[in-house]
Formats: sequence, structure tokens, C-alpha cells
Amino acid sequence: MADWSAGRRRWLLTAGLVLVVAYVAFAINPRMTQSLLGFSWSYAVPLVLAALVGILGERSGVVNIGIEGQMLGSAFVAFFAAAASGSLLVGALAGMGTGLLMGAFLAWTTVKWQMDQIIAGVVLNIVATGLTSFYYRQGATLPRVMPHIEVPLLSKIPLIGPVFFSGGPFALFAIGAAVLLHYLLFFTRWGLRTRAVGEHPHAADTAGIDVIRMRLLNVTIAGALAGAAGAYLSMEASSTFERGFTAGRGFLALAIMIFGAWYPLRALAAALFFGLMSGIASQLQASNVVQIPEQIVNLLPYVLTLVVLAVAAGKVRPPGAVGQPFVKADE
Amino acid sequence: MLDTVARFQGIVVPVVAVLLAFAIGAVLIRLQGVNPTYAYKTLFGSALLTPDGLLRTLQKATPLILTGLAVVVGLRVGLFNIGAQGQLLWGALGAAVIGVSLAGLPAIALVPAALIVGVIGGALWGAIAGALKAYRGVHEVISTIMLNLIAAGLIDYLVSGPLKEPDQSIPRSAPIDPAATLPNLGVLPSGFVLAVALAFAVAWVLRRTTLGFRFDVVGKNRWAAQYAGIRIPAIVVGAMALSGGLAGLGGAIETLGVVGQYESGSSAGLGFDGITIALLARANPIATIPAAILVGVMRSGASSLQFDTGIQPEVVDVLLAITLLLVSLPILARLVVGRRRAKDGVAVTSGWGS
Repeated sequence: MADWSAGRRRWLLTAGLVLVVAYVAFAINPRMTQSLLGFSWSYAVPLVLAALVGILGERSGVVNIGIEGQMLGSAFVAFFAAAASGSLLVGALAGMGTGLLMGAFLAWTTVKWQMDQIIAGVVLNIVATGLTSFYYRQGATLPRVMPHIEVPLLSKIPLIGPVFFSGGPFALFAIGAAVLLHYLLFFTRWGLRTRAVGEHPHAADTAGIDVIRMRLLNVTIAGALAGAAGAYLSMEASSTFERGFTAGRGFLALAIMIFGAWYPLRALAAALFFGLMSGIASQLQASNVVQIPEQIVNLLPYVLTLVVLAVAAGKVRPPGAVGQPFVKADE
Repeated sequence: MLDTVARFQGIVVPVVAVLLAFAIGAVLIRLQGVNPTYAYKTLFGSALLTPDGLLRTLQKATPLILTGLAVVVGLRVGLFNIGAQGQLLWGALGAAVIGVSLAGLPAIALVPAALIVGVIGGALWGAIAGALKAYRGVHEVISTIMLNLIAAGLIDYLVSGPLKEPDQSIPRSAPIDPAATLPNLGVLPSGFVLAVALAFAVAWVLRRTTLGFRFDVVGKNRWAAQYAGIRIPAIVVGAMALSGGLAGLGGAIETLGVVGQYESGSSAGLGFDGITIALLARANPIATIPAAILVGVMRSGASSLQFDTGIQPEVVDVLLAITLLLVSLPILARLVVGRRRAKDGVAVTSGWGS
């Protein structure tokens, strides 16, 4: 307990320090600071949502390597459903529904049939890549751009307001989802049960929790979040879909999940860190401060992922039962 | 009858999966307004029934055998190497660099040198993921995907900058010395012969040598391996290097035997097909040969299919994805041979932190 609160204090201190630095920078150069932070956040949104998918799955004991495929499939369906129906709402719902379905597939194969979780996820990725590249057609366009929403009061805060509380529906949804999932996981009965199922399913089973049902439900619901991440990419961040256009974000998200030690709010911070690094690098390149070829700058998030994992993977502890199928003892 | 089926389920289940995938594919092709029988006839006919087609099919199958083997070797140690793509790229580039820079040497020295450098390139790239896994606990699925993207970006930079063919706008290396070319023996590419020989060699190493036994023990039971005094980190790094070396050889053969230079995007997807092939072969090295030939047929016939019927060549990706899905679903084995007799498929899950 003591080290948990110590860890929390360290995180709060870091967050506070970052805020102070951000506002000092804002005082010096308001325009550039705000655009840099804006870039970071738009880079971080799909990563936050996708990391939440990983967290919800792994906190319940199921590894989800298929986030990339879930995002790709949902981005595809969201974009083409919106283009065909002429309604953004239909597109958004279709995207989230696709994520949900793919989540249900992963849940059923790994939990009910005890298929190897890593293989199931990789299969999901390859199937999504194959189907989306086969059915991809050029030339479709969205009926219009996503609406811009301003959260009352909060959007009036200098710097933070315009960046985080004023934007498209999926970006706002990402903040809400991170806060809500954090609350649900650590302050409700459902959260305690989910964590029990992920840490020690047999103990949870003895206490009368339906392990199979919890895992099925959680992994399926997490799929809808992956759907939101995909729909964000094709409808909000850009208004297009290209083959293979998630570009490894589903895997970056897993690194962010680990970096954030399986806590939703820490993952939010970790995703922002990734966004900030990426933003600073492209800013440096664009303003010709340093001469780095563009191809190398684009690799930064991937190298960062490896570095972060190499540093963090040994230090944090994953949920106890991650990756192991649950078989009831008396069967 | 059912006993026989159960005994040979390692063969029966993949065959059923492939047939089912083609049946589902037929529906998809019909939905595109094309007669599926005609489409499949075109696909297989153009890939198998002409000498040119057969040569192309075997050329396509060659790197696929090797990337399939790369994934198989990883699976034996309980590692899922989905980084064959990146490892293959380094092999392809390494062979091209040697084929260009050592031009003038006789073929007998140039070809082995280029192949060996390709192997080393792939092996080093694989060993990075192995070391990250063994010493820092980084899961190989994430690290190899990242390394794939990094390899693609770095190599793209190299062939559009320092290693670029002079006076060309396309990002690619200069053509290799003709002496470095791998010859074709009639319809049989010499690289294909090498790949088949390696499949048997890998099978022998995995089944008959101490190294193969160590791989197996680490893959099946880490604790037993540790208790028996096997140095797990060395095995993990070594297996990833071996796996990467096989993929790198695939890339080198592609450069020397087919492309003749390094060209960005010319070998896209070969590494990922390796995953399908390894799982279709149920992690059996010899079985990667027929699996790779099947995938080679589809890859080689895809362009004729588009030419004759207008179906996009990506239909092959869908067919392969459905095949992979079906062959890895445990339910298929249970339906074919009954729940009790079904052997479990390949399993690789190990925790993030181990």
C-alpha cells in the first residue's frame, strides 16, 4: 500500500511539473506551445483509446495483440459506412460496432475455445489487413467534417482548454473514457472483480465470480473502444482511408499500456509523452533546426517504443493471469 | 476411419482449412460478379501449367519457405517472430550491397559472400529482438513489429540516399554484378533447391540435435529448462538470430535470384506470409515446403487473375487470411476429429515480463 501511494505521489509530482513547464513555455511563446500541444494530443488520441483496450483486456487476463487489426477494420468500416450513407453518425456507430464484433471474436476464441491469445490476435490483424485491402476503393469521401464541440467552462481555460476540451467528439470521448475506466477499475465493485479475474481467476471463481462471463464481456466491450480509435483515425484525424493506415499504432498502444503500468490515467499521460516527442521531432525538422532526414524522424515513435519497453518492462508487473486461459478446476 | 483421420490430423486439418477457405473465397469472388471456377482455373493454371508460371511460382515460394522456417524456429522456443519481414529486408539489402560493391569477383566467391552477408544482416536484426526479450523482458511480438517498421524506414532512407542507384529517381540500389545472379536450372530456381535443403536441415537440427532439444525444452517449460542448466537468454537470442538469419537468406535469394537489385517495396508481405505458412505447417519445418508452394501459387497467379477477370490481386490476401483463421481455430480440429482427440494447436503465449 505504501509504495502504491508513493508511486501515485511521484506521478502527481511529474504531472504538476509538466504543467508548470507547459505554462512557462506558453507564457514565452503561446502560439507555438499551443500548436505543439495540439499536435501531441491529436497524435495521442487513438493511442489512448487503443491502450484502454489493452488495459481492459489484460486487467481481465486476456492479452489483445489484435488491437491493430480492430482499429484497421473499424477505421475502414467507419469511413465507408459514413461515405455510403451520407451520415457521420452511421459511420461512427458502424466503426464502433465493427470494433465490438472483432472484440467479441477475440473474446470467444480465446476465452471459450482457449485458443492461444497471441495467435488469435495476430490472426485478427492479418484478417483485417486482407479484407480491408481487398475491399478498399479509391475516391470515396466523407459527407462533411466532424463537428467541433466546445465543453462549457473547461474550454475557456488557457492552453489546456482549447487543446483538450475543444475538439471532435472522439477526442473528447477519449478523455472521458480514460477517466471513466480509471474510476470503474479502481473504485467500483465491477472493477475489483475484473482485477480479481485478471490476477487470480481461481480465487475469483471460488468467491463466486463468473470468470468466463467477465472476460467475455470485458474483451468484447473493449473492442468498441478500439472501434472508436479506428473511427477517429479515418473520420476525425483525417477524412480518408488508406491500405494499412493504422501504421503500427495498435502496437504502440500496447507499449503505452505497459509504460502506464496498466493504469488508464497513466496510459493517457504516456500517450501524451509519445505525442509530445513526435511533435517536437517534426517541429525541429520543419524549422530546420537540425538536419535529420524525414524517414528517420518518422521512425521516432517506433524507436521510442522499444526504448520505453526496454526500460519499463522489467519494472512494472502485469496482471497475474495475463495470457492464461481459465479452465474451471472441477471440469 | 476416424482413428486414421485423428492420427493424420496434422495433415487433415490444414487441408480442410485450405479447402474451406477456397469455398469462402468462391463466394467472395461470385459477389464480385466473376465465375469462381473460372477464377480458380486461371489462378492455378497460370501458376502451374506453363513453364514460365511454374518458374515464377517456385521463385515466389523460395523466400516463403525461408520466412516460414524462420517463424517455425521461433515457435519451437515459444517465441512468435512476426519480424521476418524486417529481417528479410536487411538480407535483401545486404546481398545487394555485396553484389554491387564486390563486383568483379568470380561467381563462386561473390554469390556465397552475398548470401552470407544477407544471413548476417537478418540474424543481427533478429538478435536485437532476442536480446530485448532475454535481458529486458520486452515481448517479441511488439519488438519485432517495431523493428519491421524501423527496418523499412531505415532501408528506405539508405536506398534513397547513401546507397541509391546514381541518376535514378526511384529509390533503389544499383543493379548487382551479373556474376552474383543465382541461376535457374530449367524451371527450378537454384535458390529454391537451397531453401528446400535448409528445410530438411532445420528439421534435422530441431529433431536430432542437442540444440534442437534445448529449443524444445525452453519452449515447452521454461522452469524445467532453467533447472536443467540450460542458459535461457543464450537460447532465446540464438533462436532469434537463427530465425532472422533464415529470413535474411530469403531476402538475399530474392535479390540475387529475382529482383537483381534492392528495390523498395519489391518484397512487401513476404515476412507476413511466413506466419501463415508456419501455422499452416503446424510448426513442422518439412511441411513449410508444400505450404509455401501453395502460397507461391496464389501469389504468382494473382496478376493473371487480375488480367483475366479484373479481380484485384488482394483477393489472395483474403484467401490466405481466411486460411490462417481456419487453420488456427481450435474448433476446426475438434469438428474434424472430435473434441477428445483434437490436439491443441501451436501455443506461444508467455507473459510480458518474462
